[in-house]
Amino acid sequence: MEHWSATLATSTTDTGPQPPSVAARLAGDPKVVCGGGFILFLIIIAIAAPLVAPQDPLAQNLLMATVPPAGFAEAEPGYLLGTDGLGRDVLSRVILGARVSLTVAFVAAGLACLIGSLLGLLAGFLGDRADAVISRLVDIWMAFPPVLLSILLVAVLGAGLHSVIIAIVVIDWTRFCRVVRIETMAQSQMDYVAAARTIGFSRPAILFREILPNVVPVLIALLTLEMGIAVVVEAILSFVGLSVSSDTPTWGGMIAEGRQIVHEGWWVLAAPLVALFATVVAFNQLGDGLARSLDPVLRR
Amino acid sequence: MAKDLLVARGLVVAYGRPAGQYTRRRASPVVLHGVDICVGKGETVGIVGESGSGKTTLGRALLGLVRPTAGSVVFDGSDITALDEQARRPLRRRMQMIFQEPMSSLNPRHTIGRILIEPILLHGLASDRAAARALVHGVLDRVGLPRDTVNRYSFELSGGQRQRVGIARAVVLRPDFVLADEIVSGLDVSTQAQVLRLLKQLTGEMHLALAFISHDLSVIRSICQRVVVMREGRVVEEGPCERVFAAPLSAYTRMLIDAIPLPTVDPGWLTRGAAAEVAATA
Amino acid sequence: MSGSRLAVEALSAISLRDGNRPILRRVSLAVDTGEVHGLVGESGAGKSTIARAILGIIPSQVKITGGRIGFEGRDLLTLSPKELRAVLGRDIALVPQDPSTALNPARRIDALMTDGLRLKRGLSMKDARLRAHALLDEVQIRDPERVLGSYPHQLSGGMRQRVLIAAAFGLEPKLVIADEPTTALDVTVQKQILRLIRALQERHGTSVLFVSHDLGAVAKICDRLTVLYMGKVMEQGATAEVLAAPRHPYTRALLAANPRYDRPDTGLEPTPPEVIAALRAEIAAFDVSSEAPPDG
Repeated sequence: MEHWSATLATSTTDTGPQPPSVAARLAGDPKVVCGGGFILFLIIIAIAAPLVAPQDPLAQNLLMATVPPAGFAEAEPGYLLGTDGLGRDVLSRVILGARVSLTVAFVAAGLACLIGSLLGLLAGFLGDRADAVISRLVDIWMAFPPVLLSILLVAVLGAGLHSVIIAIVVIDWTRFCRVVRIETMAQSQMDYVAAARTIGFSRPAILFREILPNVVPVLIALLTLEMGIAVVVEAILSFVGLSVSSDTPTWGGMIAEGRQIVHEGWWVLAAPLVALFATVVAFNQLGDGLARSLDPVLRR
Repeated sequence: MAKDLLVARGLVVAYGRPAGQYTRRRASPVVLHGVDICVGKGETVGIVGESGSGKTTLGRALLGLVRPTAGSVVFDGSDITALDEQARRPLRRRMQMIFQEPMSSLNPRHTIGRILIEPILLHGLASDRAAARALVHGVLDRVGLPRDTVNRYSFELSGGQRQRVGIARAVVLRPDFVLADEIVSGLDVSTQAQVLRLLKQLTGEMHLALAFISHDLSVIRSICQRVVVMREGRVVEEGPCERVFAAPLSAYTRMLIDAIPLPTVDPGWLTRGAAAEVAATA
Repeated sequence: MSGSRLAVEALSAISLRDGNRPILRRVSLAVDTGEVHGLVGESGAGKSTIARAILGIIPSQVKITGGRIGFEGRDLLTLSPKELRAVLGRDIALVPQDPSTALNPARRIDALMTDGLRLKRGLSMKDARLRAHALLDEVQIRDPERVLGSYPHQLSGGMRQRVLIAAAFGLEPKLVIADEPTTALDVTVQKQILRLIRALQERHGTSVLFVSHDLGAVAKICDRLTVLYMGKVMEQGATAEVLAAPRHPYTRALLAANPRYDRPDTGLEPTPPEVIAALRAEIAAFDVSSEAPPDG
């Protein structure tokens, strides 16, 4: 029935073939469906973690330590991915760990994107003095070794989710700033900007309504890339013990623990690694797909 | 003269290389050396020159896209040389431009409809979107594009269609003056003929003043009343087309005319004027 | 037939990307020894596809579906890449459209010019450089040593095109493909370049296939011409005859659309719709007739 009404609606319009709606285009792109679907799945699981997790992720049981995943000889029922060195359920910990990873991915990458691209847009569009100031700032900023800077920041701010996020934003806004600045400069040279000036559009209108839509495709690609990077950086900081406190499971923390008992229980290391890897790939695929299906130029 | 619409006097433009981080502003190459030009109401003036003649810079300086180093631009009696963007905005509607490359002058991520409607709303030529859309339909009819072009993007159109959109965008604001910068240089001759005919009709109907920049003297001869010949940032000759083409005063104009290959067989053409060219370029 | 150096026979091609749309429709043309042959058409006519087919650089979305390109008794379409490489540069050379992108910006002119001489003519570096100097002399470059030591961006557009012409003719090829060689140039420079191509061609007895959209340039340099529209030959003949008395309506329409400074009241005639309709009908009929089996 629904198929009927859809075809009917398009066939009765007489203005030629209607371009498919945004939603239809997104649904038709395999990269968006796969990448976005996986991220959506992760978000739901992370929100519903206490309900979904088969075991209490914090409950230790030394009698059940390093039980292998289901399907192996000494597997225990109810522990699908086995247990770690303290007998905690690996699957439940991976599920709960997604909370920290996703929070960092969205908040840290989003803030870095917002700050960096705003400064980049201004530098690229205004040029001259504004560009000189912002560009120098970026240069100086990037002269600091990022790992050292983040460790220093977390050390000053104290360990915790908020300091991880701040560290990522403070370090990675420059990435957005540089790319957006160059792209904005290139777009500013295009004749459609001169045309907007001859029509009499104000400068903010030219920047945000004419130039910005042409910078967005680059921005989407960069943002999803950054989300993947943020997940990895959080894992690294957890690994060196500078992220959230050790009683909250995180993928990075699990990797650090798993590394120590890799000979007794490789799955403790493998499970969070696979989750991390899949998340990063999903973000990148989603970015590719979004840019392709939302952008009229790339869609061509 | 009362009927002059746009008068530029002694225009000098020097493109400064912006000050680098450790360097001062460089001594800037001068692109225009004191150019005088005037365009009367409803008049079509051709500006011709080869690359490096400064014709594009002159056009952009007339529209205030480039700030002149010296000289003045007077539009309909008021000096607009030193106006900032804000003060210039009311005048923008009256001075429009058609660009050389419609591909880069039409925002690739906006539909043609949006490109045409927003200027109308900005300048309050229509009370609401419906009225603006009606104006857009009218102008699309006039330039010979189907109305459903509003749903398309610039890259979905052919070169000739894109240039029609460029013309539509310029004339939909009912300007008094339009600058056309090499608008047919990328088009096939049959498309070029259509676009030039359209432009010629529109200037007549709307009593438009048109400054038509081109490297092609044949095109200029076919649609302009007056011609200004530029070379290396200076005007070398100016006058009514009839006189300039029949009896050019400047040797450079003569050389430009002689270099146009007409589609007729003329065995002596290739070798004619070789010595003069060598002398002129030496 | 013995007089023709290049014989394109019934060349057909389709665009794979665009629903197998035909882009060349049984095109035949012959470039005689020592002649400049104009290949004229608007964009999409297929003129550069022909040039690319001769040079063996057909883009991947284009497929040749029939015909042959006869050169020196061989069919260029059947040569292996290695055999074709031996022919190109030595017997067939190209003068490209855009002199600003045709020269590698990172190499000096002497390196660019001596490449072909050493590779295809087997000259030593020293001899090749002397020859390059002489060639630049021949294309009336006043200070060959300075130009040889320059990078492409240090030269004007006209100068770069002179260098490319010198490099093309320098290998003493039998055929030069000039692909819109003056489109990117100013008119006064265009005239000099046309003069130069004609002079070199006459001096060396080279055959030239001159690809252009500009009937004016073709009128001034070509002995014969072929008019192409939608991949089909519309008219062929001696330049003087075709221009003075065009037989095909398309050629007439092309001439009528051309503005002329000496006749300001003519020109700018858009092609009448009935002519376009007739052209489409002619091409459709031609497609049907060429799809039919040859004996039935």
